[in-house]
Amino acid sequence: MTVRDALNTALREEMDRNDNVFIMGEEVGQYNGAYKVTKGLLDKFGEKRVVDTPITEMGFAGVCVGAALAGLTPVCEFMTWNFAMQAIDQIINSGAKTYYMSGGTQQCNVTFRGPNGAAAGVAAQHSQDFTGWYGQIPGLKVVSPYSSEDAKGLLKAAIRDPNVTVFLENEIMYGESFPMSEEAMSPDFVLPLGKAKIEREGKDITLVGHSRNVETALKAADLLKKHHNVDAEVINLRTVKPLDTETIFNSIKKTNRLVSVEAGFPAFGMGSELCGVVNDSWAWDYLDAPIQRVTGAEVPTPYAIELENFAFPTPEIVVKAAKDALYIEE
Amino acid sequence: IADDADKKCTITLKEDSYTTYMLDSPPPLEFEMTKGELLQMYKDMVTVRRLEMAADALYKAKKIRGFCHLSTGQEAVAVGIEKAIDHDDSVITAYRCHGFAYMRGASVRAIIAELLGKRTGVSYGKGGSMHMFTEGFYGGNGIVGAQVPVGAGLAFAHKYLEQTGKATFALYGDGASNQGQIFEAYNMAKLWDLPCIFACENNKYGMGTAAARSSALTQYYKRGQYIPGLKVNGMDILSVYQGAKFAKEWTTHGKGPLVMEFETYRYGGHSMSDPGTTYRTREEIQYMRSHNDPISGLKAHILELNFATEDELKSVDKAARAMVDKEVALAESDPAPEATAKVLFEDIYVPGTEPPVIRGRIPSEDYYFKN
Repeated sequence: MTVRDALNTALREEMDRNDNVFIMGEEVGQYNGAYKVTKGLLDKFGEKRVVDTPITEMGFAGVCVGAALAGLTPVCEFMTWNFAMQAIDQIINSGAKTYYMSGGTQQCNVTFRGPNGAAAGVAAQHSQDFTGWYGQIPGLKVVSPYSSEDAKGLLKAAIRDPNVTVFLENEIMYGESFPMSEEAMSPDFVLPLGKAKIEREGKDITLVGHSRNVETALKAADLLKKHHNVDAEVINLRTVKPLDTETIFNSIKKTNRLVSVEAGFPAFGMGSELCGVVNDSWAWDYLDAPIQRVTGAEVPTPYAIELENFAFPTPEIVVKAAKDALYIEE
Repeated sequence: IADDADKKCTITLKEDSYTTYMLDSPPPLEFEMTKGELLQMYKDMVTVRRLEMAADALYKAKKIRGFCHLSTGQEAVAVGIEKAIDHDDSVITAYRCHGFAYMRGASVRAIIAELLGKRTGVSYGKGGSMHMFTEGFYGGNGIVGAQVPVGAGLAFAHKYLEQTGKATFALYGDGASNQGQIFEAYNMAKLWDLPCIFACENNKYGMGTAAARSSALTQYYKRGQYIPGLKVNGMDILSVYQGAKFAKEWTTHGKGPLVMEFETYRYGGHSMSDPGTTYRTREEIQYMRSHNDPISGLKAHILELNFATEDELKSVDKAARAMVDKEVALAESDPAPEATAKVLFEDIYVPGTEPPVIRGRIPSEDYYFKN
């Protein structure tokens, strides 16, 4: 099953389960979704529950927050998270903070979702990872799936979670296929938020990432095994906020080395946060080398493919960082 | 004066109480009200004013922190709207929210306690002046204009849930009216025929900027372009009441949204840090107070109708003052929230869905939820 179909199935199942779940966004209905994630939903659920909006992100993000305050369960699709910058005030100030500001008297269950991160060949304004932005905000939960099982189980969890959830997908992953377990095919399949998954067990070094970076890390792990006989453990974070530090720390205890892999800008990002939490914890004592951060380069995303490839993590660059952490010289 | 509360009278509003835009006719200028209703409105407006005066004094005594925006002069809007709608209608506004919070059901004690940062505050001391919520009242929002699309969302939910008869009043000021997201909300509300009243409280100044210096079109009731509009004399509570009643009727009968403009005036500065005299004259303020005050206006009506004597209304004033003073004293003696991690970190996430741990200032202050 493709990630796209897994997301579509999750939406379909949650809309079947709860009449108060609806989806709103640009081109989600008649167009069947800019990336076809909402394909067929309009036919099945009708215009009341699959709502095409004008191109006014701040406005419809606010409408979704309001609908949630009044007890509905909106899923707000942004065509990409780049456009959600127009709506970030509604997400953070109107959405994430209301439960706290009201002293716990006013709940707000919205799921904001859409493709995030570097896409291919769309240049600076359409290629950016917002994990660090939303990961900062108290009151938000931030989810970033990798596989089809992740996509389905986590989106369902996000919709059911009574808080404001930011659900960061990846455009390039939509068409990728992953096997689905029998369990994952069930409409009752929900993954817990805040729990990471060990995608590959290993004893020599830990590679940790989310979304498409998990794929990069898995490829790097293959290369490390092949060329250096290194058994890398690969952790798929699944949820960025809250972070499953327990899984990360236990892995460090085993491997004594950590490489973080992300496609965000390096400053104040995912990797910085991982360094921070490890530094604050008992796991720091188990490190035998400094944590290596693999990130996007600190540059607006360039258009030309040669430059674009040079600006984001590749398996080879992760191997290079891992070798530094392992003190392997050529 | 509580006798014959059901006694009816005919109210005849002045011709210039309303100006319409794309409406066939304004609300009827003649309608019936009871003595009880008029006296209740009077009492509510006096109470809101006393509440704001108490906030003013507490602020000046340095007992209230941060921003504090008072609605003295604008009482007719909050009180008049509430009288025209039902408890299960929805109201959302910006930061000048104390009067609305009171009219929607919060007690004076809970509002003042919130201002004082007490645990008994309407938001348990976590929101302060700008963030008050009660049933059917969705804040108390601090970002200029952001509450307007949120209000459209409340209306969206009422329509979605087929709660016919429920209207949403989304209030904003003349300053906020130039925010792009307000036009985004108008557009969606009209496209989807949402039962939403976009209600601009035009108090003539966005902070210190006079309406004409910020708005290319100061006829705010026409700003919906393709949405009918109604301008109301916001200093006359009877016009506000009748206008809001008309608006609710309009929007809950499938006619879509309506843009309203309540022409009003704030006596004080924008917030407590603004003396309110650098961008307007003292004479202007004095003129509005002496000629257009909503409380004096209603008082004159009541006296004219022989529904109460001057002395009887004075006793209402006194009673409101005594009530507010008592509630303020209670709020002042209420406890502040305990500075414990448990209190600090509650209400970030819905109980049962919290992360296992939330970070304090240093790692040893991390708070672990027992799920």
